[in-house]
Amino acid sequence: MSEKLLIAKSEPLWNTDKKIISLISGLVILLFALPHFGLNSFYLHLMIMIFMHAVMAQSWNVIAGFSGQISLGHGAFFGIGAYATSFFYVQYGVSPWISIFFGMIFSGISAVLIGIPMLRLSGHYFAIATLLIGISFQVVFQRWDLVGAASGLWVPMTSGDSWLALQFHTSKMPYYYVFLVFFLITFYLVWILSRSKLGFRLRAVRDDPQAALSLCINVSNYKIIAYVISAMIMAPMGSLFAQYILIIDPDRVFNIEISIIVLLITVLGGIGNVWGPLIGAAILIPISEYSRIYLGGTGGAVDLILYGLILMLICVFRPDGLISLVPKNILERKKQR
Amino acid sequence: MTSDIILQAIVTGLMMGLIYALIAAGLSLIFGLMDIVNFAHGEHLMLSMFSSFWLWSLFGIDPIFSIPITILLMAICGILTHYFLIRYILKAKMLIQICATFGLSIFIRSIAQLLWTPDFRNVDKPLLEGRLEIGPVFIGQPQLIASLVCLLAFFGLYLFVTKTETGLALQATAQDRHAAEVLGIPSNKMFAIGWAIGLGCVGIAGGMMANYFFIFTDVGINFALFAFVAVALGGFGSIIGCLYAGIIIGLVESLGGLLIDPSFKLLYVFAIYLLVVIYKPQGLFGRY
Repeated sequence: MSEKLLIAKSEPLWNTDKKIISLISGLVILLFALPHFGLNSFYLHLMIMIFMHAVMAQSWNVIAGFSGQISLGHGAFFGIGAYATSFFYVQYGVSPWISIFFGMIFSGISAVLIGIPMLRLSGHYFAIATLLIGISFQVVFQRWDLVGAASGLWVPMTSGDSWLALQFHTSKMPYYYVFLVFFLITFYLVWILSRSKLGFRLRAVRDDPQAALSLCINVSNYKIIAYVISAMIMAPMGSLFAQYILIIDPDRVFNIEISIIVLLITVLGGIGNVWGPLIGAAILIPISEYSRIYLGGTGGAVDLILYGLILMLICVFRPDGLISLVPKNILERKKQR
Repeated sequence: MTSDIILQAIVTGLMMGLIYALIAAGLSLIFGLMDIVNFAHGEHLMLSMFSSFWLWSLFGIDPIFSIPITILLMAICGILTHYFLIRYILKAKMLIQICATFGLSIFIRSIAQLLWTPDFRNVDKPLLEGRLEIGPVFIGQPQLIASLVCLLAFFGLYLFVTKTETGLALQATAQDRHAAEVLGIPSNKMFAIGWAIGLGCVGIAGGMMANYFFIFTDVGINFALFAFVAVALGGFGSIIGCLYAGIIIGLVESLGGLLIDPSFKLLYVFAIYLLVVIYKPQGLFGRY
């Protein structure tokens, strides 16, 4: 731990390997140019889903990978974000660009309220508690008349494309860029987080709470901080998803499947690693969309069978995720020097 | 008049609670034995209900007589689960253990959905039917028999764990598997036995419930959630605690539904879990 800490301090943030920097910037430029290569709307949709799920999984990665608390009810924050934008737009006509921040604030506050009592629990007890809380959110929103109860909220459509109302009906391209920008910002921030003092303290809390405590790290405070950050990453994705599909209901945005898929993506890609969620999403989302296209008509939940199978296989054979297949020296070049 | 309704709710809650208790006992046994929470517990319950249903529908065996077959099938299922999955993740991190059983639960549920569609089914005209009328209270006969069988099975389990040699070996493995191995108790075999018995309990509960409950692929979720709550409430590894906890949950569910608002039934039970794990993490009847 101390060795890693020293490396982090001595290396300025941008002084990473030139090759990696150029690789990443090339990739970013490619992503910005991608829609102009004549992708049809299915591929745009696929990319949007990859970005969205990568960010959602990253959110889960912050709490589970960095601070070691397994939340099985992360869909709650997604739903809060989705309801925040839709509710304020439907009721008061507030632009989603503003109410995205409302969603973040609401889910941050919920995270504090849930986190203060719950994060004292450890292990299985926390996991079960979050599972129950996630379902409770769904039950409450199903009965809450103010937000449309079980039938949910229908976002009124604007007559044409509107950046102010964040609705685009002619093409998916604007959505692509919105999601892409959020994706890049989130990954950049989490990447900084993972190399900051906060990130190292969180991992210290995860690896050995006792030792962290003896180094004057307030374990429960740091867990709450991680939980709040994680919730605030999740909420904007809910908001954007609500703007993307324009109809939300409790069974869709508070579904336990959301909590499952973020877990699955992160574990598949590599938990505790900044790039794990991206790898997981880039592999899993195409599998899921294609299996829905080719096998979805049979009425069975074929993509869910695959999820369960992949999750078990990963747990048995590659508990560190697919990123552990990449040779270590590429990931941690500085260690060799 | 209202007192009659409350009495009815108490009796209903009590009968449901005994079933919750047996399901929770299976979960608690596995949890206590190897510190793994079986997140697929609800799906195993669903499987046992379906096994009972198919035995009735294909071979015409009434659910009451197919109980031994269901127990056997579920025990085999438990051993297979241990052999193909759990055995590999015994030494893994807790996260991986949670993800693996969670993955198993998704897998079983969606396979069931693919094979049997999400339709609701029920056993038509089982042997146990009708209701008893004791004073002002109506008691469904299948519910009554089911809860009595569950109570019986519960005490059978309790006697097995505390009195027989295998049961004591299970307890020894639960306390310290390395020390138990030194004393010649093969922990791997004990784990397999633990899974077989844990899912056997679920088999009894599921088989009895097939008499009167709708059988569908998502049926297990709520029961599993209640079982988690019961295990926390009863105290880690305490089997007899599960009995009290199950009864408390059954009563809270039915009385809360009657007195406050039936649509928030789940939340009352969840609230108990949260209160217990925050204020009394050792559970109400835990030893630690």
